[in-house]
Amino acid sequence: MNTQVPLIEARNVWKQYGDNVVLERLNLRIEEGEFCAVVGASGCGKTTFLRMVLGEEPPDRGQILLAGQPLRMEPDAERGIVFQRYSVFPHLTVLGNVMLARELKGSKVLGRLFGARRRAAQEEALALLSQVGLDNAQDRYPSELSGGMQQRLALAQSLIARPRILLLDEPFGALDPGIRHDMHKLVTTLWREHQLTILMITHDLKEGFALGTRLFVFDKVRADPQAPDAYGARVTYDLPLNKSVPALAPA
Amino acid sequence: MKRLINLQPPRICAVMLALLPFVFAFFAYVSFSNERLMANPNDKLLPAMSSFGAAIERMALVPSKRSGELLWWVDTASSLRRLGTAVVISSAIGLVVGIALGALPLVSAGMSPFVASLSMIPPMAVLPILFIVFGLGELSKVVLIVFGIAPVIARDIQGRVREIPRELIVKAQTLGASTWLVILRVVLPLALPRLIDAVRLSLGAAWLFLIAAEAIAATDGLGYRIFLVRRYLAMDVILPYVLWITVLAFTMDRLLRFLGRKAFPWHHAGASV
Repeated sequence: MNTQVPLIEARNVWKQYGDNVVLERLNLRIEEGEFCAVVGASGCGKTTFLRMVLGEEPPDRGQILLAGQPLRMEPDAERGIVFQRYSVFPHLTVLGNVMLARELKGSKVLGRLFGARRRAAQEEALALLSQVGLDNAQDRYPSELSGGMQQRLALAQSLIARPRILLLDEPFGALDPGIRHDMHKLVTTLWREHQLTILMITHDLKEGFALGTRLFVFDKVRADPQAPDAYGARVTYDLPLNKSVPALAPA
Repeated sequence: MKRLINLQPPRICAVMLALLPFVFAFFAYVSFSNERLMANPNDKLLPAMSSFGAAIERMALVPSKRSGELLWWVDTASSLRRLGTAVVISSAIGLVVGIALGALPLVSAGMSPFVASLSMIPPMAVLPILFIVFGLGELSKVVLIVFGIAPVIARDIQGRVREIPRELIVKAQTLGASTWLVILRVVLPLALPRLIDAVRLSLGAAWLFLIAAEAIAATDGLGYRIFLVRRYLAMDVILPYVLWITVLAFTMDRLLRFLGRKAFPWHHAGASV
């Protein structure tokens, strides 16, 4: 058993909407550096759980801890996110999208950088863009990019903010199979090189097995056919997959 | 033969089709006018083209005997100044209020029903109040237009801001944005193209309120002139003025559209949000 404080810990989390119990007594721990995949049927509460980790919704009971501290109940820069759609800003160029996090952090009033600081942010963004294979598209707008390129951009955009945990909400669900395979390779590489902790929601079991170092399966353990909403899902399988977790570089 | 809904006119054909109603209206007017003038050469209702030419020359090129001004251009300048001032003020109010209502649930809870009620008041009904409060000068005319179109623009912007996918707002926060920066870097730029469209759509109403205010109390302006010469049944001045107002309104609409396309290329590149 790991004795260090896990990066994310869910303790006895319940969530229900009216009479519909979505999650019940959900417990899980995510260690730093892990690539956790959450799979489960539609409506099993995976997205609800992600929204709670993101801080968009509070749990009804129990708590979720980030490095031992209760989560802030609103999205912040500790948790990065890539959604399936609408992850990049349509009014910014590719380069502008990636620089945004730097500009937001570096300039609290205008949200824009100038001069040397702008050039530094630009270089950092360009380096990330070349890692995700978008260095030739820096001046284009997202509407001119394919779905796969938009998701590459969304990854680069999140990474520049250096989140403690990167949340992926079915990030490759809308992509063609061939593109999806390329994206799997890319996200694995990024996870290694940036020593990320990733929590990925997917409905594709194969994708979960292929990418994760750990697989959580959400399912209902009790079911009442007369009242299908009466019981919620919890983690029914917690499978460590045999992949080498990259050693964390000393701080 | 294709179905009617699938028939596209070729380019040349489309231009001809577009011109056709104008040409038709012109010839219809000329023939009716000729008919009436044939029966009564002093008829004032449908003046001949030559009368229009004379009236335009008198209004636009010859200084007025009373004031020494070129009335046509003085009227145009006064009206455009009032309209421009009002539209700029309305856009600013509409943008700020609309974004506040759309992006901040607390503001929306407190102000949304109020703004919705405000936009339901018929502006012409409060015109007497405006004249009493602001006097008969420029201010009351500008305030009338602002009162008429700012709430509409605000509600349009509010609607647009609420349409912004929740994901983008969340994403900006995960990149470190405060409320202010979410508004400045995400909400505002996404709302601006809609502002252009909202202003284009409210231009018609703005002209309506302008003409109405000028008709009631003014000493110059396009609306003032039309209502002044109405006393003499001077159709030869009224019709060119109406046409001129239409040309001005049409040009403004096209300019705004052009401005929108130049300023927000991403909005017209098939963006889905």
